[in-house]
Amino acid sequence: MAEVKPLDAKPAEAKAPKGMNMIEAINSALDTMLDRDPDVVILGEDVGYFGGVFRATAGLQEKHGKTRVFDSPISENGIIGVAVGMGAYGLRPVPEIQFADYIYPGLDQIVSEAARIRYRSVGQFIAPMTIRSPYGGGIFGGQTHSQSPESLFTHMSGVKTVIPSTPYDAKGLLIAAIECDDPVVFFEPKRIYNGPFDGHYDRPVQPWAKHPASDVPKDYYRIELGKANIVRVGEAVTVLAYGTMVHVALAVVEELGIDAEVIDLRSLVPLDIEAIETSVRKTGRCMIVHEATRTSGFGAELSALVQERCFYHLEAPVIRVTGFDTPYPHSLEWAYFPGPIRIKTALEKILKD
Amino acid sequence: MAKSPSRPAAKPAPAKKAATKSAPPALPNRERPDQPEPFDASKDELLQFYRDMLLIRRFEEKAGQLYGLGLIGGFCHLYIGQEAVAIGLQSALDGDKDSVITGYRDHGHMLAYGIDPKLIMAELTGRQAGISKGKGGSMHMFSVEHKFYGGHGIVGAQVSLGTGLGFAHKYRKDGGVCMAYFGDGAANQGQVYESFNMAELWKLPIIFVIENNQYAMGTSVNRSSAEDQLYRRGESFRIPGLQVDGMDVLAVRGAAEEALKWVRAGKGPILLELKTYRYRGHSMSDPAKYRSRDEVQAVRDKSDPIEHVKKLLEKQGVKEEAMKDIDKEIRKIVSDAADFAENSPEPEAAELYTDVLVETY
Repeated sequence: MAEVKPLDAKPAEAKAPKGMNMIEAINSALDTMLDRDPDVVILGEDVGYFGGVFRATAGLQEKHGKTRVFDSPISENGIIGVAVGMGAYGLRPVPEIQFADYIYPGLDQIVSEAARIRYRSVGQFIAPMTIRSPYGGGIFGGQTHSQSPESLFTHMSGVKTVIPSTPYDAKGLLIAAIECDDPVVFFEPKRIYNGPFDGHYDRPVQPWAKHPASDVPKDYYRIELGKANIVRVGEAVTVLAYGTMVHVALAVVEELGIDAEVIDLRSLVPLDIEAIETSVRKTGRCMIVHEATRTSGFGAELSALVQERCFYHLEAPVIRVTGFDTPYPHSLEWAYFPGPIRIKTALEKILKD
Repeated sequence: MAKSPSRPAAKPAPAKKAATKSAPPALPNRERPDQPEPFDASKDELLQFYRDMLLIRRFEEKAGQLYGLGLIGGFCHLYIGQEAVAIGLQSALDGDKDSVITGYRDHGHMLAYGIDPKLIMAELTGRQAGISKGKGGSMHMFSVEHKFYGGHGIVGAQVSLGTGLGFAHKYRKDGGVCMAYFGDGAANQGQVYESFNMAELWKLPIIFVIENNQYAMGTSVNRSSAEDQLYRRGESFRIPGLQVDGMDVLAVRGAAEEALKWVRAGKGPILLELKTYRYRGHSMSDPAKYRSRDEVQAVRDKSDPIEHVKKLLEKQGVKEEAMKDIDKEIRKIVSDAADFAENSPEPEAAELYTDVLVETY
C-alpha cells in the first residue's frame, strides 16, 4: 500500500534548520552503501577526485578509496557497458551519468544488455546496477542539459525507473535501488537538489532545511520501490506527479484551496497502480503532471491505465499537463515548463468538466 | 639514439655477427606530414591576430560579468586562455569552402569566424536577436553563412557529425575541408574512434583538432587517459598526428597550414593536438579545486597567448599606445554587444513551437 506522508506535515519552525538537502541525502545513501556492502562501487565522469558536477559524490573517494569510487573517461556507452559486466560478475555498480541528456550513447548498453541479460540468461546473470543521473529542467540548461527522458526507460522493459522528490525519499529509494537485483535508472530532479522548487521561478526558493523531508537519518533505511506517497489527502481530484512537479502541483493546489489528493509516484516502474486506482475511484477525476514532452510521455501510460481501470468512476476526462512537444528551449524555459499557470488552468477545467 | 649503420664501429666487430649490431632507426612505413614551421607573419597579420584574440578575451570577460549579473543563465563555458587555437587554425581556413564544427565551448570559434559579437552575446542572454533566437543558448549556436556547424552540448558527438561534413565535402567535390574540434575529455568517447576509422577508410578531408586544455571539467588528462599523448590517438587508424603549442598563435597557424596541405592533397584525415590551457573554470559553477591557483598563474605569467603576440609586435616596432588603442576599440565592440544583448527583447512565446519539424503545428 501507498504511504501517506504529507510533505508539509510539520510546521517549518519546529525544525532546527539543518537537515540535508537532496545532494547531501544522495551522498549519504552512497556513503551508507559503500560502508555496508563491499560490492558497491561508484564510477562516472568526475565522480572521484572532483566529487561530481553537482557534488553528489563529494568526499566519497577520499573516504572509501580509489578502487571503490573512481573517475571514468567521458564514455557513457563504456561506463554503462562496464557496469553491466561488473554487475554480471556480482558487484553492485552505481554509475553516474552526469546529465540525463548524456545517457543516449549508453542506451544500447541499457536496452540490449542491462535490461536483457536476466531474460536471455534465464536468470543466471543479472545486472544489479543503479544508474544515477540528474534530470529535468529549470536551470537554463538548454536542450542538452534539461531533458526528462524517463519514458524511454519505462518503455523498454527490464529496467526500473525511480524518481525521488525529497531528500528523505532520495536516500531511502537510492538504497533500495542499489540493493535491488535489477538495473535501476535513478533520475534525480536537479532543480530541487537545493530546495523544493514550487514553480514560481520569480520567487526565491526555500532551502530544504525548512522542509520536514530534509530530516534524513544518517543511518541505513530503505523505501521500497513501487510504493507511491500520498503527499496530500483529498476528495476533489487526484493529481499524479513525480520529481519536481510534485512540489509545483502541490503549491498550486494549496494556493487555490482545492481539496485535491496529490500522489507522488516515486517510482514509475514498478508502479503503485493500486494507490492510483484507489484514489481515482474516490475522487472521480485525474490530472497528470510531468515535465517531459507530452506525446508518448509517461502521462500517456498513466492516462491509459486510469481509463482501463477506473472508467466507470470517472466524472471527467483525464487531463495531462506536460512539457510541449519541442526541444527544451534555452530562453523560453519558463514558457516550456508546465508551471503554476498551466496546472491551475487544467485544475479549473477538470473540476468544471 | 640508434647508431647509424654507416658509421664505422669504434671497436673491432665482435665475433657474434649482425645480431648484436644496433638496429637502424625504424623508417615510417607510410608517408607522414612534415614537421610544421611556425607561420611567418607580417606585421599586419600579427596585428590582426592580436586584434582577433583580444576580441575573444574581452568578449569572454564580459560574458563572465553578465553571467555574474544574472543576465546569462544556465551554462557558460569561457574560452579565455585558448584564444591562439581558434585564431591560429581558423585564420588558415577558406571561409567560403571549409566548415567548422565544435563542442560546447564555442564562443571563441564563432568569433574567430567573424560572426557578429552582438548576435553571439544576445544568444547567451537568450534574446530573440540571438543567433539561434535565444533558443540554443551558449552551447548551441550555428551560422550557415559562415559554414559554422555548431556548438554541441554532448561531449564528442560533434566529431561524428564533422566526419559526415568531411564526407559531404568529398562527395560534392567542393574542395572544402572540415575542421572538427573536440577536447581532451571528448577524446575518450567511443564515437570519436568510430569516426576516425571511417574518416581514414574513406580518406575524408577532415582535420581533427584536439584542444587539450589539460582538464576534462575537473579531471586531468592523465587521470582519464591511458595514452595521454593525444596526438597519437589516430595511429591505429593510420591517421597521422601532430602535437602543437596551442599557446603560440604562429605555431598553431603553421600547423594548420601543414594539416591543410595534407588534407587538401587528398591524403585523408589528420589529427592535431593543441596543447593549451583554460584560465577559468570549466563552466561558471566550477570551484576549480582540482588545480592550484599557482598553476593557473604560472601559465598566465609565462605562456599567455596574447602577451606573446604583444611582445612580437613590440619587437616589430608597434608602440604600446597603438596596442592600447586596439584594446579600447575592442572593448567598445564588446560593450556594444553587451548592451545589445541586454536590451534586445526576449523571444515571443510563439517561438516555442517554431523549427521543431518542417511543418508548423
